[in-house]
Amino acid sequence: MTSQLAYKETFDCVQCGYCLPACPTYGTMGKERHSPRGRINLVQMAAEGKITIDEITESMELCLGCRACETACPTNVQYGKILESFKQVKRAEAPSPFVENMALQKALPNKKLLAAMRASLRAYQKTGIDSVARKSKALSILPEQLRAFEEIAPAVEMPNKQLRTGILLPESEPKARVAFFTGCIMDVFFAKINDLSIKLLQHAGCEVTVIKEQTCCGALQNHSGDTGTSRKLAKENIAAFEEGNFDFVVNAIGGCGAMLVEYDHLLAHEAEWAERARVFAQKNKDVSVILNKLGINFSRELSGVVTYQPSCHLLNVQKVADDPIQLLESIPGITYVPLPKGDMCCGSAGIYNIVHYEESMEILDAKMEDVHNISPDTIVTSNPGCHLQMCLGVKREGLEERVRVVHIIELLAEACGFDHK
Amino acid sequence: MITEQIVERLKSIMGSEKRILLEKADLVSYSYDGSFGAYIPEIILQPISTEETAGIVKLANEMKIPVYPRGRGTSLSGGPLPVHGGMVLDFSRWTQKLIIDPEDTVAIVSPGVITADIDREAQRYGLMYPPDPSSSHVSTIGGNLAENAGGPRGLKYGVTKDYVLGLEIVTPEGEIIRTGGRTVKNVTGYDLTKLIVGSEGTLGIITEATLQLIPRPRATQTMMVIFDDIIDAGKAISAVLTSGILPSKMEIMDQASIQAVEEFQPIGLPTDVDAIILIELDGHPIAIRDESEQVKKVCLEVGAREAIIARDEESAGNLWKARKLVSPAIVRKKPTKISEDATIPRSKIPEMFRRLQEIKAKYEIDLVVFGHAGDGNLHPNIITDKQDKEEMKRVEKAVAEIFTAAIELGGTLSGEHGIGTMKAPFMEMELGKAGLDMMKRMKKAWDPNNIMNPGKIFPEIKGQRLVLVHD
Repeated sequence: MTSQLAYKETFDCVQCGYCLPACPTYGTMGKERHSPRGRINLVQMAAEGKITIDEITESMELCLGCRACETACPTNVQYGKILESFKQVKRAEAPSPFVENMALQKALPNKKLLAAMRASLRAYQKTGIDSVARKSKALSILPEQLRAFEEIAPAVEMPNKQLRTGILLPESEPKARVAFFTGCIMDVFFAKINDLSIKLLQHAGCEVTVIKEQTCCGALQNHSGDTGTSRKLAKENIAAFEEGNFDFVVNAIGGCGAMLVEYDHLLAHEAEWAERARVFAQKNKDVSVILNKLGINFSRELSGVVTYQPSCHLLNVQKVADDPIQLLESIPGITYVPLPKGDMCCGSAGIYNIVHYEESMEILDAKMEDVHNISPDTIVTSNPGCHLQMCLGVKREGLEERVRVVHIIELLAEACGFDHK
Repeated sequence: MITEQIVERLKSIMGSEKRILLEKADLVSYSYDGSFGAYIPEIILQPISTEETAGIVKLANEMKIPVYPRGRGTSLSGGPLPVHGGMVLDFSRWTQKLIIDPEDTVAIVSPGVITADIDREAQRYGLMYPPDPSSSHVSTIGGNLAENAGGPRGLKYGVTKDYVLGLEIVTPEGEIIRTGGRTVKNVTGYDLTKLIVGSEGTLGIITEATLQLIPRPRATQTMMVIFDDIIDAGKAISAVLTSGILPSKMEIMDQASIQAVEEFQPIGLPTDVDAIILIELDGHPIAIRDESEQVKKVCLEVGAREAIIARDEESAGNLWKARKLVSPAIVRKKPTKISEDATIPRSKIPEMFRRLQEIKAKYEIDLVVFGHAGDGNLHPNIITDKQDKEEMKRVEKAVAEIFTAAIELGGTLSGEHGIGTMKAPFMEMELGKAGLDMMKRMKKAWDPNNIMNPGKIFPEIKGQRLVLVHD
């Protein structure tokens, strides 16, 4: 079984240690085995039979998968591949709990189920039961981590149907034909951001289409070692988006985007799909890249100090660093201040903050110290997971009255005078 | 052997049991550094005070257990490797003290502080901590002091030892002593400070250091000089240094490294040249503007093909990018990189380049050369594959021959990486029998039970060879 570990890849590591300062868990836990160099060595040892999978499990599972180490690495070690190989071996050895499997394999790719979930969440919030429940401590039966997130869950809104049917044309000759990728969880919790992204793309001169056949990107399944489900979803997406022959496939979710641009790796060994996956991967762009390239005409002046917490997967996997910052700097009226150690993960990392709540909160606390140092009025994010985590950080510090957390799209839309309906 | 009783006693010494690591995943994680070989220790301790450190060392000395101090394990010579098992003392969590005193222009630091953080704090007061090993954003000051680390700025500013005023040390017998002080001038007794710096953790453990800071130069100016012939590059280095100008950095890249960079990420370097020298000047902006024109003139006079002066910070960044890309570029072919730091007198640079080319051909190895040309501290890097045992045997011989060449040309085994395990077999060749014996006697006087980082600097058996891979 350990022969499936990415053993060969571990030899690319020269153990220089340049990844240590980039690793959030090395920072908070202070042990070599919670560093990228340590984890790569553990996988190599396990592949050689010198240590068991069980003995390295804690170290590997406490990795956020933010892949900041890949950006820091001077010798291009493919850490993501090494981590994934561990997840696959681990999964084969001890399959994930039934509930998790159900959620990842069946629920996320299922549109009807997601729509139902959205509707019930919305009803729950609208009726005010949520605040009653919170006050009455009825929710205290939930474990602490779930309670924490229940309290910061965004107000769920229904997606704007008008924006999701047919082809949206810009006012003048289209500069690009784009398909919009909505994501699954994103369209439940943050349908509003998808709506605004579509409007902004149209405003910037794109012809935008939302195709119904698209499905979940497969990132969460891949992170949990279920590559099979990810491959299946990848093929569905590739086939769906090939139809329209679009210039770009655009999304507003750093984490999903990272999976989409790596479909070529995912399907590299399937002759029939490799080339199609490569073409698809190249067409996928984060919304900030397209908007920055085309430029936006702003109509309103905003104000205040704005900082940016990048999505790790946008930064380290999609390698999008400058576009969101250039966009922020172009917004009239605001003062952009870089977040110190902004390239460090906030500890959200998919479902890490739920599964490893305490470790995640230590990473978040370190992040909030950096936030304190620049006292921003607004924290901008580029991925729903980071967004929720930063909301939680603001709440834990008691800053709700002073600091707001927004997706970059929301801020751009505000400066364009879009009122969300 | 670390028995349960010893662990119990360690628990009473350490402020928290969380900083005593015994799990297998931890033991294998402190078995390596940035060099070669892996040795599994029996226990890892992460002290964060002088009292804890002294307590541990006292116990180790009593029980005769080897002690291996360690920073963040970036060593390229094997300094922290626990070659005889025992205890690893990981100082990376002792980052608490970093005090800048701008009036005395000193920094007081605990051993786990990251080197670059000292310079960054100093900058807030218009001061500078000059030593700049390329790992300074990762490495700890404790490790830098133990290995007497240096970097590109060594040319103008010297190395770690030139900035140490005083130390607090835990001796191998567990006593706490202070050496030096916080004044620039201090001639009271033997200079133990300088003895400890660079002793690679074999004479004691540094628990606090007082470092000298200097006024920070106001500006820097970068330029790139291109040479058709490496001999001219050698002449240019001497010509610049005798023209009344002392650059802060002079870094050389040979043809093989330039070609590797261009194949990896084309940034427009000429690949038909023998060498490139990157030069950085620092000082008053008006002065260095004038000096850079002079340096350009001097280089062109001795036969440089071209000298490009960076217009602004961005173009300076682009020029330095070439140097930064060397490492990722050269490991694309094969994964293992052996970075040597044999250092020769400046005048011998062209001759050393010639010898290195001979060694490369003789042993049929991939070898690129770059490094700190201004101070003769070259970095011949061998690119190989640790899993290819046959090639590694040839590499071992090539490395041995590089060391011999450096010594024959009047140079030294190590300019800045230290001796550790990797260069121990060659010590007698440089120091002679009597020279090495004097060092051994000092070691014996300080550490009678040989518990402090044993297996380093000195060859352990007669006729010891460099071994990079074990069968």
